[in-house]
Amino acid sequence: MKFSLGPVQYFWPKTQMQQFYRQAADSDIDIVYLGETVCSKRRELKFEDYKALACMLREAGKQVCLSTMTLLEAPSELRELRRYCDNGDFLIEANDVGAIGILQENNLPFVAGAAINCYNQHTLNRLLAMGLSRWVMPVELSRDWLQQLLQQESIMDIRSSFETEVFAFGHLPLAWSGRCFTARSEDRHKDQCELCCIKYPQGREVKSQDGTQIFVLNGIQTQSGKCYNLLNQLPSMHGLVNVVRLSPQPEGTFDWLQKFKANLHGTAPQPLGKNESNGYWLNLAGMVMKIG
Amino acid sequence: MELLCPAGSMPALKAAITHGADAVYIGLKDDTNARHFAGLNFDQATLHEAARYTHSAGRKLHIAINTFAHPDSFLRWQQAVDMAVSAGADVLIIADLAVLAYAAERYPHIELHLSVQASATNAAAIEFYRQFGISRVVLPRVLSMQQVRALARTSQMDLEVFAFGSLCIMAEGRCYLSSYMTGESPNTAGACSPAAFVRWQEKPDGVLESRLNDVVIDRFNPDETAGYPTLCKGRFTVGSDTYHVLEEPTSLNTLDLLPELYKEGIRSLKIEGRQRSPAYVSQITRVWRAAIDALLTAPERFTVAAEWQRVLNSLSEGSQTTLGAYHRKWK
Repeated sequence: MKFSLGPVQYFWPKTQMQQFYRQAADSDIDIVYLGETVCSKRRELKFEDYKALACMLREAGKQVCLSTMTLLEAPSELRELRRYCDNGDFLIEANDVGAIGILQENNLPFVAGAAINCYNQHTLNRLLAMGLSRWVMPVELSRDWLQQLLQQESIMDIRSSFETEVFAFGHLPLAWSGRCFTARSEDRHKDQCELCCIKYPQGREVKSQDGTQIFVLNGIQTQSGKCYNLLNQLPSMHGLVNVVRLSPQPEGTFDWLQKFKANLHGTAPQPLGKNESNGYWLNLAGMVMKIG
Repeated sequence: MELLCPAGSMPALKAAITHGADAVYIGLKDDTNARHFAGLNFDQATLHEAARYTHSAGRKLHIAINTFAHPDSFLRWQQAVDMAVSAGADVLIIADLAVLAYAAERYPHIELHLSVQASATNAAAIEFYRQFGISRVVLPRVLSMQQVRALARTSQMDLEVFAFGSLCIMAEGRCYLSSYMTGESPNTAGACSPAAFVRWQEKPDGVLESRLNDVVIDRFNPDETAGYPTLCKGRFTVGSDTYHVLEEPTSLNTLDLLPELYKEGIRSLKIEGRQRSPAYVSQITRVWRAAIDALLTAPERFTVAAEWQRVLNSLSEGSQTTLGAYHRKWK
């Protein structure tokens, strides 16, 4: 099993990003996804900066993928998407079918990100024919769902031609909107957001009126209130999952990587609590934390 | 410009047709469609009746098969397509690309529309889906009018937009908030904030509390109207403020945009609400029929009648309406 770092979902200053990826280069992560996937107004790092980081990480022995925007609306966003797809060097993670179309046209392989609606073997087969080389399962699906899908005859025959990846650590990306909720939380319109996301390196917590943390606001994206953590479920992934994804958090990401690696075979479980969840993988409501 | 109205039952379908819908969209009685609610939708017998009734009035029947097929029961989605075609559907509204491909290959004559649940928000996504034989795209409710206009002017595809009804504020087909809280989502179960998880409790101080799978969605003072706990429309706390963090209980109403949507050649106006009563469908259909007829008769003289707005407001969530994402300020 390999481990990957998903794209940074939050809006971090350039220096923090560069520092984070230097740490990534020094870590024993296998795969790194790079790029802005949430909001095209976040431009602390430009395409060239990401490419420079990608080269640095590749020289450090990492496999690098460029991740593309999830909710694409404006023609300018499509032009930027084309630049990513035409980079001529790095594998692309498509987070919208628009990217798949462009890559398919150019006969380029791609990773289908978790926001691509691939829920069954027939859809997966179609994507494989278009050039899919790795499939990141939608975050709301369970181990049972994955197992059922991979057991289908049409998939078993070609199972070695693609990899599966599961989002296993971090606040889950749950929804994307035309509206910016971080701007709204500061009583601003999206057009006048002043890039206020940069003040919230781990998003803004949303609590219910009785104090339960339910969501995290991250610009136009809504995340899970709890930090998804499948560390203790790693032993149940063998034979099903090729790549385990950790989503970068401002603190402790690489410590968690070590803890995940240590528990690959279930020999170093961690006590997890009420701020964490594992429900989706266990075929329960996503917010549930089932212990044992 | 087509008026496309919702129906969750035969009486609603008849109401829509009587009051002037050009086409009606319905779903089957299972999780193959995104309004999988108890007591709603059509089985094989009522499906045939719906097709007969619609066609005898010279209108069109669209059938939504717009959830994502499960790995162990793909056959159910295929059978839904088969059943819809054999009943005489004019159009299938589909989201899953494998279901689309099945329908296009098995029934090349049938008209296919890309469901809003497929989240096609840009020209590249629309081009991508063209390979599955679609002739129309239903646009998600996340685009501004400016973005709708840009798509209408650059894409060769027929476009359908939501004109009125409950407002999904997230890109449809990409929202897992409901499964996060309850285990059931629009994509997998055709459900959002399902009623089986709703609990109401009145507190000693008269405050009425709504919960979804035990999470507090809202608290209403005795002088407030309590709305259904759709999880994106609750009052939550960020920092020290408690407010409608994502969206207020409100309905989408694009009556003011009608001339512009017409000018841009939008092919169809969709009214949301298969879960609504026949009386609701009657009233909404009547207003939109009158508005579209007034527009088509004299586009340059079109004005929105106060009476139309009064009726629409009275039928809206929280008795208020919004232009939603069509209006940039909403964002």
